Amino acid sequence: MSDSTAIARGAAAEAAHPHPGEHPPYQRHHFETVGQQFDATNFAMWLFLLTEVMFFGGLFASYLIMRNWYYPAFVEGSHQLNIGWGTANTAVLIISSFTMAMGVWSAEMRKKGMLLLFLSLTWILGMAFLGIKTIEYHEKWVKHHVPGLNWSDSSFLNPASDPEVHKDYPGDKPLAPEMAQKAEMYFFLYFAMTGMHALHMIIGISILTFMIIRARQGAYTTGHVTYVENFGLYWHFVDIIWIFLFPLLYLISRFPNS
Amino acid sequence: MSAATIISLPDQSTARIPKMNFLTKENGLLSWLLTGDHKRIATLYLVSITFFFFIGGALAGLIRLELLTPQNDLMAADTYNKVFSMHGLIMVFFFLVPSVPATIGNFLMPMMVGAKDLALPKINLLSWYLYVIAGIMMIYTMSVGGVDTGWTFTTPLSTHYLNTHVISAGLSVFVAGFSSIFTGLNFIVTIHKMRCPGMTWFRLPLFVWSNYAASILMVLGTPVLAITLVLVVLERTVHIGVFDPAYGGDPLLFQHLFWFYSHPAVYIMILPGFGVISEVISTFSRKRVFGYTAVAFSSVAIAIFGFFVWAHHMFIMGISNYSALVFSLLTMLVAVPSAIKIYNWAFTLYKGSITFETPMLYAIGFMGLFTIGGLTGVFLGATGTDIHLTETYFVVAHFHFVMVGGMLMSFLAGIHFWWPKWTGRMYPEKISQLAALTTFIGFNLTFFPQFILGTLGMPRRYAAYPPEFQVLNVFSTAGATVLGIGYLLPILYLTWSLKYGEIAGDNPWQATGLEWQTQSPPLTENFPEIPIMDHEAYDYEWLERQQRKEVASV
Amino acid sequence: MSHISPVLWQFLVKWLTNFQLFPPEASKVAPEMDALYFFMVLISLVGLTVVVLLIVSFSILYNKRRHPVATQIEGSTLLEATWTIIPLGLFLVTFVWGALLYFRIYTPPANAMNIYVVGKQWMWKVEHPGGQHEIDALHVPTGRPVQLTIISQDVFHSFSIPAFRVKREAIPGRYTSVWFEATEPGTYHLFCTQYCGTNHSQMIGEVVAMTPDDFRKWLQGSTSGNSLAQDGERLFASLSCNACHNPSPSSRGPNLVGVYGSHLTLASGQTITVDDAYLRQAILNPSEHITQGYAPIMPTYQGQVSEEGIFALVEYLKHLDSDYRIQQTLNTTVLPANNEGRPAPGASTPNAPGEVKQ
Repeated sequence: MSDSTAIARGAAAEAAHPHPGEHPPYQRHHFETVGQQFDATNFAMWLFLLTEVMFFGGLFASYLIMRNWYYPAFVEGSHQLNIGWGTANTAVLIISSFTMAMGVWSAEMRKKGMLLLFLSLTWILGMAFLGIKTIEYHEKWVKHHVPGLNWSDSSFLNPASDPEVHKDYPGDKPLAPEMAQKAEMYFFLYFAMTGMHALHMIIGISILTFMIIRARQGAYTTGHVTYVENFGLYWHFVDIIWIFLFPLLYLISRFPNS
Repeated sequence: MSAATIISLPDQSTARIPKMNFLTKENGLLSWLLTGDHKRIATLYLVSITFFFFIGGALAGLIRLELLTPQNDLMAADTYNKVFSMHGLIMVFFFLVPSVPATIGNFLMPMMVGAKDLALPKINLLSWYLYVIAGIMMIYTMSVGGVDTGWTFTTPLSTHYLNTHVISAGLSVFVAGFSSIFTGLNFIVTIHKMRCPGMTWFRLPLFVWSNYAASILMVLGTPVLAITLVLVVLERTVHIGVFDPAYGGDPLLFQHLFWFYSHPAVYIMILPGFGVISEVISTFSRKRVFGYTAVAFSSVAIAIFGFFVWAHHMFIMGISNYSALVFSLLTMLVAVPSAIKIYNWAFTLYKGSITFETPMLYAIGFMGLFTIGGLTGVFLGATGTDIHLTETYFVVAHFHFVMVGGMLMSFLAGIHFWWPKWTGRMYPEKISQLAALTTFIGFNLTFFPQFILGTLGMPRRYAAYPPEFQVLNVFSTAGATVLGIGYLLPILYLTWSLKYGEIAGDNPWQATGLEWQTQSPPLTENFPEIPIMDHEAYDYEWLERQQRKEVASV
Repeated sequence: MSHISPVLWQFLVKWLTNFQLFPPEASKVAPEMDALYFFMVLISLVGLTVVVLLIVSFSILYNKRRHPVATQIEGSTLLEATWTIIPLGLFLVTFVWGALLYFRIYTPPANAMNIYVVGKQWMWKVEHPGGQHEIDALHVPTGRPVQLTIISQDVFHSFSIPAFRVKREAIPGRYTSVWFEATEPGTYHLFCTQYCGTNHSQMIGEVVAMTPDDFRKWLQGSTSGNSLAQDGERLFASLSCNACHNPSPSSRGPNLVGVYGSHLTLASGQTITVDDAYLRQAILNPSEHITQGYAPIMPTYQGQVSEEGIFALVEYLKHLDSDYRIQQTLNTTVLPANNEGRPAPGASTPNAPGEVKQ
């Protein structure tokens, strides 16, 4: 092992353990030290996040090209999104990142009660995010803005037919039919991107549920923080994806009076 | 040849397979299905990819039979299309991509770096399960009627114009992709974090280096394929999407995203094969690989440049002339590291002490065929000649020279080379040498005529072709028969050797890798205690000293 | 001889009489392509020979029986440099040579005659400017550069003429082009080389290269009565394009006389050169291609006009340089003149970079 931080962490873990010769129960048999185990799994998580970046990268690349081609449709499509809900969700996720970070800290400090509290808060915030997303998706369904399944161009052919949005964006002009069609492309990307993100949230919340049960049994407060920390990385990553999605999807040309 | 062999087998009257090894440690199906042991997972993988290889091979046989005559008389055009599509999908995603890394690599990687297991054994098992799930989905696709998109899923053909099972095939490849991502991820973590004391980067065997390079490509490239397939599946289900021009999408975007993975994928397939060749050539010429650092870095260079050449699949597709220029130049650059490797291997033989056991025969065959495969790649990388040669049988011949002549030869070299380590028994030498020779002859007869066919202009993926191309196609089909025998032989005698092969002992080849310094088959933990690496890779003098010491102590 | 089975005998005869290593050279670019091809064959042979010689001679010289103890050698920087630089040099030569050829094949000369090609599952439809329609066949004169403007109406296809050494993808939704100059009269293969579905292997045809005289006769014999531009004119009227696009000063749409090849400033402020690809886009997606000073009122014609129809409209607009009547294309059988005096748009549009130059 050449990595000094790993050795430091490993040493800390060893020191905490009364019998340095024996392995702590959470050390997998094929690792030489706890430090190596932490180091390896942590590195693996970062690599996994790298693959996730490439995964979303494909979506972002498609988005960029389509937005460049069909900018007017993307603007009016974006105006259909509810900026209030979007902002609320951004806040929810940022706070959940904070509670997650606090969760990792409590695990490191071996505070079981705190850990449970913060994990549960993160869980609740994650569910809140999905709840808000459901409200938004439902709104799209009602307004016939679900591409392929329940779609109508009318909000874009004639923005005045949609008084709620038109009130906020009186500058939105009717789009030519072939451009109005492209709003469907915008919503296709909206659903593909937020849907893929929501899928990651659902996976995250499932793991979180499992972790809360394990945390109640005291699994993460005996010095074995790897699992919590790696999950934290994943959670932050999913947040960061949202931080990119929010401006790209919600904030296209938001000048109310233009 | 047998007079000059280096095999040092133990005295057969007293020889025994060690009682305690990874194969005997636990019994029962569950002990295999729930194992975390990389060697058992490698074994599971070996069985599964062999299964898929023979399905893919049978499909290849059908293709060659159909092409025996110019008319489509054996099967209808759409059946033929399904057959070559399934052949491509199965061979690429279920054989070539996992072949060396998931089997030989899985088996060896921890031993070569001196660890007890891969860093993430459960993820490794998960990767095999994903492979199996993907395989079942592919077999399902095949049994309900197959798919006829070709392995390239070209849009808008795949999204709107075909009524075959594109969705299940696409999802199958998606799942198989994650299997490959997890293997690659596991390798990178293992190589970075699990090396034994003294095992510096430049003491790693070249097999590890080349698998490291391939793993980088798997981890960074495969997710792009995954999302592309998700978009194809979505577009097919909801009839709106980013690829079909009828809805305002861009079909070239699909080509870019697909080849962004699928070009690096050919390096995923070939790089681990390079690693096998380095090991084999060094062992059978009793010499350190010539220019170790150059060979190691050329693998990494291939991995890096490999990411920036994808658009050479699109020279005639209306990308701008200037971007064709850039991608052609980069393609020329990526050809250089391959040339470096070939010459370094050739010079490894120089002043060696060479013997010609089966793995070496396969490796020498590899060098010849890969040289042809690589050089014909230059024909396609040069923009001008690409116009004439692309989408013809020239391309088919080129990638079969690289994939079958290169990858499959090195896979077989590797399987024979490490068979004694894996099973504790030797394969029968004479018949396997015959198999190696049959494969080589059959291969050339099958695929060399296809270069000429391609130059003459015969397009790929044709169920029927103009009659003047028949003669060369007959040669090709005849060669395929020979090649088929060449591939059937190993499965027969290797199975035979499981019970009747001679006991191999720890190190029948007198090779230097750490994997040879432990018992065969190895213990579940690989080594009685974690080894300490105190010498360079391929240090045959160290091995000699070691053996003298052992003799002295006895 | 009676031992040889008749099947085998027939096969051998066929082989010996038909054996070819490369297709006929029937275009101006073919010998150039073959020169590069044989240069690369030569490099490959030399490279392969060197590798095989090394392996064989080392295998003999350093066989274990002859050379029982290996001499350990670390490597050699000089040798590494040699086999890095020499292949790199050769590859760079092929790169430059190949690129020159590529630019030549995909850059049509200004005086090329234009033929339009539409690919669909599973046939090639060819439209001559004189109004001759062909399916799965292409008649061209020798000694004249011919430019093909290609599009697909469904999936990817690829238009390949091995004897001319040219090939170009037919892409749905955008024009591509390629040119050649046939040299040898004869009948050659036309293939679709991009996999396009069930009957991909039936999407074949023939290219007939004829002497200019024969070609003129063929044009006369195959005329449909109207030139492509006249078809376009008729379509222009039947789609009521002339309701807005007319020379009157109060017209709602821009006057299209002489628009082809001119430089336009769009409503978005962008300046473009009007070429085939631009015209196609302006018909199908007008809202993104509004000329500065005009209201975005033009409806889209997506789904109302076929790819052949668009070709006809484009051909009509190309010849519309004086009046909304066509004079010079009334005669459907004369070889189109060498595009005298027609400005060739130099730059390409953002939609189809590097393509479609007339």
